[in-house]
Amino acid sequence: MIYLVLTFILLLLMIGAALYAIWQKDLLYAVIASGIISLLLSIVYVILQAPDVALTEAAIGVALTTIIFIIAIRNTVRYEDEHDKKIRKKNQLKSAEE
Amino acid sequence: MKRAIILISLTILGVYLLDIFTGIGFGTQHFASGVKDAYLSGSKESLKVSNVVTSIVVNFRGFDTLGEVTVLFLASMALGGILYKKRHDVGARSVLFPSTRIVMSGAKLLFPSIMLLGAYVFIHGHLSPGGGFQGGTIIATGFLLMLITYRNYSVSHHRLSYVESFAGLLFIGIGLAGYFIKDSFLANVLPEGKLNDLFSGGVIGIIYVAVGFKVAAELTGIIYTVLHEKD
Repeated sequence: MIYLVLTFILLLLMIGAALYAIWQKDLLYAVIASGIISLLLSIVYVILQAPDVALTEAAIGVALTTIIFIIAIRNTVRYEDEHDKKIRKKNQLKSAEE
Repeated sequence: MKRAIILISLTILGVYLLDIFTGIGFGTQHFASGVKDAYLSGSKESLKVSNVVTSIVVNFRGFDTLGEVTVLFLASMALGGILYKKRHDVGARSVLFPSTRIVMSGAKLLFPSIMLLGAYVFIHGHLSPGGGFQGGTIIATGFLLMLITYRNYSVSHHRLSYVESFAGLLFIGIGLAGYFIKDSFLANVLPEGKLNDLFSGGVIGIIYVAVGFKVAAELTGIIYTVLHEKD
């Protein structure tokens, strides 16, 4: 029973983290939130008695995927609006030239 | 026209998926019979492996694992081919900021224990949860920590490729040994030993050590290539 309640709490937290990752404009925070999803999912796997899968999820989902996304953010833009602003500026320049 | 094609193909896919999902029968006991009893009893009694998942992954479905390792190898090779432009020019530009002294000391402290944990996980793959893939990933995480902490930390691509090739050849060599001695690829050629012993399960331990080294080398290579990308 306690495990069922814990699983539901973890799943609700996962949904919350996923929604946060979607709505957050700061992409770094969004990536950390998606890492938290993987962390909670690995706990769910342990509760469901799949420790092998939990280890994989913890190592790949939390560490490797997150760091690769962070490297991608470091190489591009951090805020979601920044990209739009850049495109808007480019379009303005184009229309000004015309 | 394009939309119509997409709609038609989605409809076909939906019909097929509906057919599959209605055939499953959720809530009914469809694992009552089949091959699972042979796996569950065979891994403990004839193979002497306490971790059933490992015995299925490496022994009963060993050929699939070989394919999985090959997929990982191809992925790392493709990434290296796209991103790694110039050889012998190590650590030209790291994409990361310099880190503080606290992070540096902490990374130095944590690195050996992460290595030890990874090695433990893949050496004890047939006794405790985990195995080659998990252990290799943990080791790659340790290298990742060092790579993002120290900007001039570098790993030798040559050494990585040697480790990777040797591990892959060891896996295939064990498989071929099984083929020549017991007439079946990846057959168990070594004695099984006792249940819950470190040297038990025949070739499973050796294969998982090889897989661990291979996965660790591949993932470290991928991370290193991505971190030191040149423009």
